[in-house]
Amino acid sequence: MSLFSFFTRNRSAPVARDRLQVLLAHERALDGRGDLVALLQQEILAVIARHFPIDQEKVVVKLDRGQRVSTLEIDIEMPDEVSART
Amino acid sequence: MSKVVVVTSGKGGVGKTTSSASIGAALAKAGQNVVVVDFDVGLRNLDLVMGAERRVVFDLVNVVQGDAKLPQALIRDKRLETLHLLPASQTRDKDALTEEGVERVIEGLRERFDWIVCDSPAGIEKGATLAMRFADVAVVVTNPEVSSVRDSDRIIGMLDSKTRRAEQGEKIEKQLLLTRYDPARAARGEMMKVDDVLEILAIPLLGVVAESPDVLTASNLGCPVTLHDPASPAAKAYTDAARRLMGEALAVRVPTEKRGFMERLFGRKAAAA
Repeated sequence: MSLFSFFTRNRSAPVARDRLQVLLAHERALDGRGDLVALLQQEILAVIARHFPIDQEKVVVKLDRGQRVSTLEIDIEMPDEVSART
Repeated sequence: MSKVVVVTSGKGGVGKTTSSASIGAALAKAGQNVVVVDFDVGLRNLDLVMGAERRVVFDLVNVVQGDAKLPQALIRDKRLETLHLLPASQTRDKDALTEEGVERVIEGLRERFDWIVCDSPAGIEKGATLAMRFADVAVVVTNPEVSSVRDSDRIIGMLDSKTRRAEQGEKIEKQLLLTRYDPARAARGEMMKVDDVLEILAIPLLGVVAESPDVLTASNLGCPVTLHDPASPAAKAYTDAARRLMGEALAVRVPTEKRGFMERLFGRKAAAA
């Protein structure tokens, strides 16, 4: 055992804490995401459906929670017949 | 006003049953009328930890299904007359419990007791969700170890979404009980410290119970440690936790390592509260 490892041996607790903090930040975001994203998608669909028919899969909602910046991405694909009309 | 307390954790083997029995006994010792309810249908153990395994006639499933009346299934503790046990069934599975049935039993218990301590099974399935469903307060039992902390975080999320109180927009009080804590290892950086776990889980601290042989001795004998050895550090930690539940503003004693010069020299250690 080197002198260095004598002083640093077994300091595994900070590693455990850091790993948990990263992991749980991710898992908590996932938890909330399920409900919020589904709700957003439903409501956006309902609003669009008032004006023209649209498939459920044409509305894609993505939520990414980063440590500093979170982004909400909403991708709506216009049906061909509607874009032709306007 | 009676209070329903769920003792929960997600992970198994962290000390839910031991903590339920110890806190229940400490509350009863303080003169409160207490029932400890075992929700671990199919794997009951609270009866054994409380030394009442030979006195079980009817159980929670019998009462839920209407085959027995509540007073028939309640077992009064032989040492403390204010302490009672409602055992789980050993032969059935968790599907034998229904939400309506459990609600009826909890209502019945609220009329008779000041404290209803629900010992949750491990996991996040039906047994665990029903144990927490009607709780006013949750005691989240956690070991200073990565898998236990992760599972506790998950359980805290469920307490905030799946309980009756949460659904009605009311607050459910959640408190952390850190068990099997080894102050010497924490001091050496081998185990997460109390503050590390508190920072991660972000709920108030109810108590810290150091890893202790007294706890095993107590369960070997079928007597909650708060009754068997009230002077032991573990019993003191549980008794303090019970007092805090009763609303006493009591500072949490975090166990520290107590080492003499010789022990320090030879690397042996002893935990003390």
